[in-house]
Amino acid sequence: MSPVRIKDHWREQRMFIRRAWFAGALMVLAALAVLGRLYYLQIIRQHYYEVLSLDNGVRTVPIPAARGLILDRNGEVIASNRPTFDLELTPDEVPALEVELEHLVRLGLLQQADLPELIRTIRSHRSFDTVPIRLDLSADEVASFAVHRYEFPGIDINPRQARWYPFGGLAVDAVGYVGTISPSDLAHINQAAYAGTAVIGKTGVEAAYEKQLHGTNGYRQILVNALGRPVQRPGALGRELRVEPPTPGDDVILSIDAKVQRVAESLLKGHDGAVVALNPWNGDVIAMASSPSFDPNLFARGITEKQYRSLVEDPRQPLFNRALRAELPSGSTIKPALALGALTDGVIDAHQQVLAGYAYHLPGSAHLYHNAMHEYCGEMTMRTAIIMSCDVYFYRLAHLMGIDRISSWLPNFDFGRPTGIDIPGELPGLVPSKAWKAAHFRNPAQREWFPGDTVILGIGQGYFLTTPLQLAHYTAMLAARGLNFKPRLVTGIRDARTGQIHWKRPVLQGNLSQISPASWDVIVRAMIGVTTKPRGTAYWQLRDSTYPIAGKTGTAQLVSEQAKGASNEESYKAKGTLEKLRDDAWFIAFAPADAPRIAVAVLDEHAGWGSTGAAPIARKIMDAYLLGPDGKLLAHPGRGPYSEPSNLKPRALAGVAPLTPLQRATKPQP
Amino acid sequence: MIHEEISTDSRTRRTLSGAARVLLALKIDGPLAVGLALTAAYGLVVLYSASAENTPMLVRTLMRLVVGTVIMLAVARISPNLLRRASPWLYGLGVLLLLAVAAVGHVHLGAKRWLDLGPIHFQPSELMKLAVPMMCAWYLHERPLPPRARDLGMLGLIILVPVALVAKEPDLGTAALIIAAGAVVVFLAGLRVRVLVTLVLLAVLGAVVGLRFMHGYQRERLLTFLNPEAHPLGAGYHIIQSQIAVGSGGLFGKGWMAGSQAQLDFLPERTTDFIFAVIGEEFGLVGLALLLLLYAFVIGRSIYLSMQCPDTFSRLLGGSVALTFFVYVFINAGMVTGLVPVVGVPLPLVSYGGSSVVTVLTGFGILMSLFSHRKLMG
Repeated sequence: MSPVRIKDHWREQRMFIRRAWFAGALMVLAALAVLGRLYYLQIIRQHYYEVLSLDNGVRTVPIPAARGLILDRNGEVIASNRPTFDLELTPDEVPALEVELEHLVRLGLLQQADLPELIRTIRSHRSFDTVPIRLDLSADEVASFAVHRYEFPGIDINPRQARWYPFGGLAVDAVGYVGTISPSDLAHINQAAYAGTAVIGKTGVEAAYEKQLHGTNGYRQILVNALGRPVQRPGALGRELRVEPPTPGDDVILSIDAKVQRVAESLLKGHDGAVVALNPWNGDVIAMASSPSFDPNLFARGITEKQYRSLVEDPRQPLFNRALRAELPSGSTIKPALALGALTDGVIDAHQQVLAGYAYHLPGSAHLYHNAMHEYCGEMTMRTAIIMSCDVYFYRLAHLMGIDRISSWLPNFDFGRPTGIDIPGELPGLVPSKAWKAAHFRNPAQREWFPGDTVILGIGQGYFLTTPLQLAHYTAMLAARGLNFKPRLVTGIRDARTGQIHWKRPVLQGNLSQISPASWDVIVRAMIGVTTKPRGTAYWQLRDSTYPIAGKTGTAQLVSEQAKGASNEESYKAKGTLEKLRDDAWFIAFAPADAPRIAVAVLDEHAGWGSTGAAPIARKIMDAYLLGPDGKLLAHPGRGPYSEPSNLKPRALAGVAPLTPLQRATKPQP
Repeated sequence: MIHEEISTDSRTRRTLSGAARVLLALKIDGPLAVGLALTAAYGLVVLYSASAENTPMLVRTLMRLVVGTVIMLAVARISPNLLRRASPWLYGLGVLLLLAVAAVGHVHLGAKRWLDLGPIHFQPSELMKLAVPMMCAWYLHERPLPPRARDLGMLGLIILVPVALVAKEPDLGTAALIIAAGAVVVFLAGLRVRVLVTLVLLAVLGAVVGLRFMHGYQRERLLTFLNPEAHPLGAGYHIIQSQIAVGSGGLFGKGWMAGSQAQLDFLPERTTDFIFAVIGEEFGLVGLALLLLLYAFVIGRSIYLSMQCPDTFSRLLGGSVALTFFVYVFINAGMVTGLVPVVGVPLPLVSYGGSSVVTVLTGFGILMSLFSHRKLMG
């Protein structure tokens, strides 16, 4: 039984007071816990949280550096910048990427077809970097987005400097173009350095000199609220914000002469073909063109899927850089190289009269190798054989040299390997050899090297392949008598900060000193004869030139791979006139022949014979470069305010023997 | 010095006695009123910054403070006897209103808490914050203390019936506060420590079971408390941002209106439940310590006043007002600094919003009534 309990007020009050003190003690403990926690947060870890709070509210906005200009040797600006408005997206701040992009499609600001690639690109960026999703908005598009801006968290309009090619496709095969940064570009750049950069060099000089042209992006700290929107009046919060201005990219100075380049491009208009013109004494590319061409502004603006498809699917392949990448048989343009090889190796005497009839008969074979026009050559020396481009003479010469000599000789002119030009993308062509053929073909019957394979190499047919750039490079070596300068498009870099130009020294890659001056004289005289002797293959086109031109025609017969292997008359004939129409015309030349300033290679695809199609083009390009407005030879052709200073001789030239003076060519008879 | 004291003595005494007379007439405790006024004033200064200079918000808060003060003054004049006798009726009314809310309540932000009474929205759960401790104190008033097991059962029922209704709304924060308000009465009544420990253990057990019946977001909040970094942009966002705000404030803070977390909207609910973090960011540890000192003064004074009360009802109810106020402050400060889970408990007298200001001031009105009428009780 529990005792009867009576209320004891005195005891209860004392108990309350005890309890109150107890509660007070508990509260003090709790308060100490809170204060301890505050001490930890605000004193011990204050720095840590301060950094986090800065990360929250302070956004570092990159200021893209203005891309360096690209100038030609006359100071003409081929690639510049202009102000545009871009649409930019910050992945971190976009709640639903696909939804917002679809919405932009509905506003007409994006194309549905571009979305998959765009989403891939966005996802490969760092989530806090802004990604340009649409370049170069029109005024109407800017307005239409501005109205709906609040519907697109994380997407904003950003004014920036966009790449602009004022002359459209001028020298696009040399200059290249910029385009939006793709996932594959991101793999090999420093993403932090490209934060804020919309475009990157894709081809040509734009790609090769990306590092110099890009510059260094700056940054600006801005305050953003929790929605990522910039705070317009930061007030007291804005005191600590920093700005680091960007350093613009350096300007790149090209060896290209825009004047000559324009001539080359207008001559190629309507043709499929390519032109490369070099300065034999330093490797400068004076002009480089491929036709048909395209407008690089399409890429700089952010090409749409549809525009890109139409370029890619064009049967004439405007995006194909023929100057660097068209690998074709050289035709007869190879003959001077083979002749030099035969002379140097002592296989043949230049002045020996050789009876060359209608056709060459390979010893031990019934097969006849005809002249291309089935004409009769007659008694030929090396000189007349080159002037007339007598195939029979060179069938014999090739046979006498043999494939091993040929395949080890031709690389001396950088055939079958890259020339080393300072932009990416060139193809090496092909110098066939026994080893190559054995490795190349699967069919055992084809893996053996036949004497017939050698014979047709004599006229630049068969397996031998070269590019326009390689032919021009070889022509320059003929002009400079064996000096091998690395072809180059960029002669100098102008520092964006100091304005000072750092000139690049020409690079001498080799010197064919094994070729005797006498041999050079034979070949160069013969090549002059091509344009000055009535029997010369380019006489009718070039006879009225005011300066001597050394040239050589070529016709590349585009026969199928199988027919090339056999290269007999039957298969050739069977292809008929259709095939004949597809013959590509080559012409190589340097001028003035006695003191060469320019070496040119012209490819005119499907133009038939080299002399009719390609030679006049080469002539006009050389005229444009060499002649002044009065029609007289310029003392210093190609000299412009941004051409390399004349005292900048390559160091390697010091040991090279002086050139033998060539007897001035006689003026052609009318 | 002595001379000076004597010379000014008479005047000082006259002035003081004049003020004291006024306070006596109003049944007001001067120091407590000053403490509350200072806290509220501090709160207004902070709210001005936290609301981004939102004057209408400030005016509304001022209005509520005025209403709360008027009610406080009115309640202070009511005799404690009347309060005691009214307790069961008030409690009954509260339970009925909660049932009404469950039946026809107004849904706002996914929770059914409000009763739409024409121009004013009324949260019956706010009433229960006062009615439950009153009911508990009323129940214990006539009974010998410490309470026996049967009494505890009865008290448990008194507390848990409204708590269950509030928790169903769902409003866990208020439910917890009602439990706290009732529990402190039982604690002050002299509940044996053994029993107390047992009850705490039972509560923990209940919480574990309760977790299984919680709404998704309620469970989320609790789990988030245990590991906030697991969902930096999800449910952990509140805790992370408030800790950044408090931590980055440092010793002296970033200055009034210069807290980037608060001013740039990174701190969620910065005018209401998380206003403590705004103080921490803009006024630093010093500012928070000042606030805590004000609270300590108010609580200490309240306990002192309760101790002076002659009868059980007054002591228990007064102590409950003081301790409940402390619980508010502790839960809010603990929540903002990451010591306790995020439960929607406002910082008393500082947080912007609704009926809480009025409830708090009404509580202090009751306390003042209990104290100022003590001589009449006998």
